[in-house]
Amino acid sequence: MSGREVALQLELRGITKRFGGLVANDNIDLTVEPGEIHALLGENGAGKSTLMNVLYGLLQPDAGQILLDGKAVRFHNPGEALAAGIGMVHQHFMLVPVFTVAENVMLGVEPTTFLGLLDRRRARKDVLELSSRYGLAIDPDALVEDLPVGIQQRVEIVKALHREASMVILDEPTAVLTPGETNELFEIMRGLQASGKSIIFISHKLKEVQEIADRITVLRRGKVVGSPPPSASDEELASLMVGRAVELTVHKDPARPGDVVLKLDGLSVKNAAGRAVVNGVSFEVRSGEIVGVAGVQGNGQTELCKTIMGLLPVEAGSIRVHDHDLTGTSTRAVLESGVSYIPEDRQEDGIVEAFSLADNLVLDDYNRAPYASGLALHLDEIRKSASKLTDEYDIRATSIDMTAGTLSGGNQQKVIVARELGRDVSLLVANQPTRGLDVGSIEFVHNRIVAARDHGAAVLICSTELDEIYALADRIIVMYEGRIAGERPPTVSIEELGLLMAGAGTPDSVAEAQPA
Amino acid sequence: MSHQDAGPEGNEPTTLTEPEDSAENPPDATKQVAAGAGHPKGAETALQLLNAVLEGSSAVVTFLAIVLAIVIGGLLIAFTSPTVLHAWSHLFSAPGAAFSRAWDVASSAYSAMFEGAIVNPHTVSAAFHGGSIAAIFNPLSETAVNATPLILAGLAVALAFRAGMFNIGATGQFIGGAMIAGWIGFAVHLPMIIHVVVAVIGGFVGGSIVGGFVGTLKARTGAHEVIVTIMTNYVMEYLILFLLGLAVFRAPGLPNPVSPPVANNAMLPHLAGATLRINAGFLVALAAAAGVSWFLNRTTVGFELRTVGANASAARSAGMSPERTWIIVMVICGGLAGLAGASVILGTDFALTPQIYGTYGIDAITVALLGRGTPFGVVLAALLYGTLDAGSVTMQAQTQIPVDIATVIQALIVLFVASPPFVREVFHLRRRRRVEEGAQVLAKGWSA
Repeated sequence: MSGREVALQLELRGITKRFGGLVANDNIDLTVEPGEIHALLGENGAGKSTLMNVLYGLLQPDAGQILLDGKAVRFHNPGEALAAGIGMVHQHFMLVPVFTVAENVMLGVEPTTFLGLLDRRRARKDVLELSSRYGLAIDPDALVEDLPVGIQQRVEIVKALHREASMVILDEPTAVLTPGETNELFEIMRGLQASGKSIIFISHKLKEVQEIADRITVLRRGKVVGSPPPSASDEELASLMVGRAVELTVHKDPARPGDVVLKLDGLSVKNAAGRAVVNGVSFEVRSGEIVGVAGVQGNGQTELCKTIMGLLPVEAGSIRVHDHDLTGTSTRAVLESGVSYIPEDRQEDGIVEAFSLADNLVLDDYNRAPYASGLALHLDEIRKSASKLTDEYDIRATSIDMTAGTLSGGNQQKVIVARELGRDVSLLVANQPTRGLDVGSIEFVHNRIVAARDHGAAVLICSTELDEIYALADRIIVMYEGRIAGERPPTVSIEELGLLMAGAGTPDSVAEAQPA
Repeated sequence: MSHQDAGPEGNEPTTLTEPEDSAENPPDATKQVAAGAGHPKGAETALQLLNAVLEGSSAVVTFLAIVLAIVIGGLLIAFTSPTVLHAWSHLFSAPGAAFSRAWDVASSAYSAMFEGAIVNPHTVSAAFHGGSIAAIFNPLSETAVNATPLILAGLAVALAFRAGMFNIGATGQFIGGAMIAGWIGFAVHLPMIIHVVVAVIGGFVGGSIVGGFVGTLKARTGAHEVIVTIMTNYVMEYLILFLLGLAVFRAPGLPNPVSPPVANNAMLPHLAGATLRINAGFLVALAAAAGVSWFLNRTTVGFELRTVGANASAARSAGMSPERTWIIVMVICGGLAGLAGASVILGTDFALTPQIYGTYGIDAITVALLGRGTPFGVVLAALLYGTLDAGSVTMQAQTQIPVDIATVIQALIVLFVASPPFVREVFHLRRRRRVEEGAQVLAKGWSA
């Protein structure tokens, strides 16, 4: 592969894009210099992805110009953008799971032998060459479905590089990554930058933007509201993004733990392959305290939460809530004993996108008074409560009959939070309650969770975001490979927590994991 | 754009409610928008209606698909007729005759269909001269009779759709219902009213057993309902053939495998005198549609059913049991298809035959699709099918055009309903540019 070593200078002039009456991009100017990492910062719905879809040829602008190296261009489809040297890695990967890495990379530009047959060997060679050149460790023969998300993302980047992109757009690339994977991604981005590629990095995470960006453009409600330097403080960036001053730290009083609400005793859970994903876990959560479970993703936190909720079978041990044995009961029984649940994947498990807001707000208590008696649903009660919750939890929707699928991610999460915290809660189980949310929504969700604690609820939070753990937890439990690696007070240092998360806290085991 | 109409708030960015092409709007629609300042709801509905007409929403596409199918059906009728073909062979010497002959044949076929399915003017004038009044209503009665099993079986498919299941098994469930209803009808002796009620309930139970079997297999073993329903259709088709060979089911002394006729007490009572075939089965069907609508929208189990259909994973997290729902749904769907079987055996056919199931089970799928999975839609679709079926019989009698043309039209309707872009193209409708769609793009496209 020769690669296109010519760097591209990109200029967007007065880009405007409307959807019906909504102006998604309003006269946006943006310049990306060759070899720079340019961060596009903004809340959900600020118009970042729309702008990039316009640049990538997926959407046609209603007004404005795209200039590459000073020449006006127009992309009618992604193929034309690719040909001009612009590659994009979408938030949701465009990979064929059952194909190998090499097959995915060559898809659409398949190399052929002189007989017209697929030249798999060359595809493999290309992948190896690209991965060594840019430091993207990747096995060309691995099936994509077997790879963790972080590596799948690398495949997407290699795909873009294979098509000789000089500029790569990364749409919220860290939303699906663990902290470690994020650091690896940043290394890759710096490597690409060093070889003259420019990168547009879309994010709403302030720390990441400060760490990696050369220049920052902040979007709010479809407009460019500022271009602060990367040295700008969290508060400056956040208030630009949200349009008002934002509290980045959660104000909470010291916990006043009461009676034990949740008691796990030697809980073990096996996955489909028979491996113990939760292994002899015992701890308690008391009313009026927040216990944060920290850990790198995939160390059993998801299974722990699902098992407490009765969604996975218990292999050994017991789950007690308020001294009632809930081991092996149904999810319904767990919910009815006063447990609320915020699942990890809101679109998959938390809401029904095709349902109205009102229906989503009673999704797990539709069968209780006052929403139902016997078989009959009381639609008026459901609607009354929906209007109340929509106001109380500041869900931005035109009506309670709007389908939940049309809401932004932050508002969808507010629907779930409103539903789960809008009733009497004795235990809240929340798994990644703010994943993928913007600063304003995170602030909101955190405050609600603390409020539930102050009302006497016991709260169990699993999060891979250490910021979140520090912000909320009154006690921190670290999970590693299905076991509890340690319990620490919230004053623990981030280094110590990091070591526990990497396994047993011994530097040797970390060093061992590195080579290979 | 009529900004002065918008009043003092006209300076506000009103782009949200203003259609981009209001120049095309009829004047009263613009007035509606302006009046909408005080009554946003009214304006919204009016605009929605307008957009629906202009942009070809699904309801409009369905209607136009029907129109298109009828037009093409007319062309088929005309150009399969020997007289028309003969006239067209002289197109250049007598072009007028070619077109007028084609028009005559197609219009006489459709008017015969109308007379057979809706009302025949001759019977109306005859009634004034001492003829039977009942005869006027015979076409409508026939339409209702034809629609009855389609409504019930269509509901059986539509309800399963809503739970995210594809019920291909209405045929088997229909047979299950017909068998038990028929057996109760001819083998059991009960007093009036009680007998027919018991037989109808037996029909529901017979279908539920077949449907419940499918639901249980899916819930317990994960077997896919499409495979299982197709296979149970075969089992039931051969089961009825087998049973009609046994002394318990077979009418003695007849050369064909036919059951004895059901007792008079077990027949669904006529609704409008003995000369019209319309019977209580039609009321059962309408009641079933209303019941399904209530069940879906107003009950906790219906809520569970819709949730499981829309997102089974979220349903599980919300404490519902998709497995339990699948079984319940298939029991009810089977029961509805079983009622269709009962309505045929107790309402029109009165004896079991090996072919009692006809094409109801397959037509039910198209009726459910055409009715877009809603009970009300199913009733309308079934009535349309009933109209075509009833009318085609009269059409054949009067014009010698084969009844199969009705089947062709039914097939064309479904074909066009399934391909909205084609219909929009034919009628030059603009591509759909609905606000919700745009909003969805927004929600999904703007970084989540």
